[in-house]
Amino acid sequence: MAFLDSLGGSRRDQIVSKRRDTCGRGSRRAPHPSWRLLIGYAVCTQARASGRKRQSLLHVGSPAMEESMQTETKVRPESGAESGPRSPSCTLRHFACEQNLLSRPDGSASFLQGDTSVLAGVYGPAEVKVRKEIFNKATLEVILRPKIGLPGVAEKSRERLIRNTCEAVVLGALHPRTSITVVLQVISDAGSLLACCLNAACMALVDAGVPMRALFCGVTCALDSDGTFMLDPTAKQEKEARAVLTFALDSVERKLLMSTTKGLYSDAELQQCLAAAQTASQHVFRFYRESLQRRYSKS
Amino acid sequence: MAEPAAHAAESFAGCRARAARTVLDQVVLPGEELLLPEQEDGEGPGGAGERPLRLNAGARPRVRVVCGPGLRRCGDRLLVTKCGRLRHKEAGGGGGSGVYWVDSQQKRYVPVKGDHVIGIVTAKSGDIFKVDVGGSEPASLSYLAFEGATKRNRPNVQIGDLIYGQFVVANKDMEPEMVCIDSCGRANGMGVIGQDGLLFKVTLGLVRKLLAPNCEILQEVGKLYPLEIVFGMNGRIWVKAKTIQQTLILANVLEACEHMTADQRKQIFSRLAES
Repeated sequence: MAFLDSLGGSRRDQIVSKRRDTCGRGSRRAPHPSWRLLIGYAVCTQARASGRKRQSLLHVGSPAMEESMQTETKVRPESGAESGPRSPSCTLRHFACEQNLLSRPDGSASFLQGDTSVLAGVYGPAEVKVRKEIFNKATLEVILRPKIGLPGVAEKSRERLIRNTCEAVVLGALHPRTSITVVLQVISDAGSLLACCLNAACMALVDAGVPMRALFCGVTCALDSDGTFMLDPTAKQEKEARAVLTFALDSVERKLLMSTTKGLYSDAELQQCLAAAQTASQHVFRFYRESLQRRYSKS
Repeated sequence: MAEPAAHAAESFAGCRARAARTVLDQVVLPGEELLLPEQEDGEGPGGAGERPLRLNAGARPRVRVVCGPGLRRCGDRLLVTKCGRLRHKEAGGGGGSGVYWVDSQQKRYVPVKGDHVIGIVTAKSGDIFKVDVGGSEPASLSYLAFEGATKRNRPNVQIGDLIYGQFVVANKDMEPEMVCIDSCGRANGMGVIGQDGLLFKVTLGLVRKLLAPNCEILQEVGKLYPLEIVFGMNGRIWVKAKTIQQTLILANVLEACEHMTADQRKQIFSRLAES
């Protein structure tokens, strides 16, 4: 347990910057002098530091944004319908979640964020192939199926991100030499797909009764060309955005479990997005709680 | 500045350590921290700095608390690892001691020592049977672990037979081992289950509910038809009534019981009793 604990949380932060950023630098228009191309380890340290500083960040860094979010989130109940034309900054699309809807897997969940929808099934702790057996912990496997066609490189990369996130929270040491398989089926992709996959995976893991250190959620931020950012972007907004950042956060310490980014953004913008994602995660976790309470209300 | 920051910290954590006593029978989520009765006055690990110094600090009455499934200890903290309702069973001593556990609705069985389960024989190899119990690996069952079995007198067990047995070895690092005798060498109801009947799977929560002492569902079912029934803690139920039709009705009623309120159940049973 101690071994896992020490690995969890911030040390598991995984930051992936797309190669395109480094390769395309020459051909691209020179960025604003204050922007820095954040790649590799540079981002890693940034994100870790921000995890610790987040309290001060929320209040010192961007009081105006914080306030706007506070007010907006009140207007936006998770159960409510899509809030018309979305205001530019920080609303999440409405969530919906159904659990235990499949009969064969040990745990299943479908998660909707706006028009993005993902179905997840969890099998485990189940028998494991000798080749994949790990003697002191469970083997975690994530399979992401696209809506059409065979999984490609993009899916494999997302699978890895999701698996690393799950490994950070699942207490695999309690079920050594077993396998925990998470199968995610994309039903429709309307932006923020990775965040939705993370949320669906979390709910399915909870439904399967896999022991976990904490819950986790995914939040996607998109940065516009004029520097404004929005949470939970749609596919169109993602396409127009200058940068898209996805974070996975845990429910206990609100620490970063995983982060993946694409595009150009400055140091301050990353911090801002992370702070916004942390505030948004609060709403996702509240939604988790409500939906799980609804599920257990019958028993 | 300090005050709003503290407020934010509270709302951020969302689920600050709550006293286990106050959340009994409520839904708890993984990652939540619970405070045992003995820690309540200390306000948990966070409030340690403001705790008044006590002269009799060492002489605090220690209560014995057992962590059941879904909970784990991390130092002196009690953390939730599964989603479900928090349950508590008072021990004889009282005063907050006893067992705490999380009652979750899951389908996958994890072998526990002493549990009675229904398994399916999948392989015979020498003097050991491999039995599928729905866990992560098949359990082993010695041919000598039946009532009256000796080296000469082997029990008649075929591949595909249903076995009702008990775990004697079940831990996460070892292959689980079953036996079909109790400590006195008696079958005590265990052994190979007869030819007819129907085996079906339900969630582990439903089996626990049905096996709870004086469960009214079982009493109602018993009034309906004469039946033979075996419950495995691994979520398998075997049922046999006089006719196939009755067997199927019983299986369907038991499966449906999971998500019914007491009133709905009464209606169903009264309707079945009429027909």
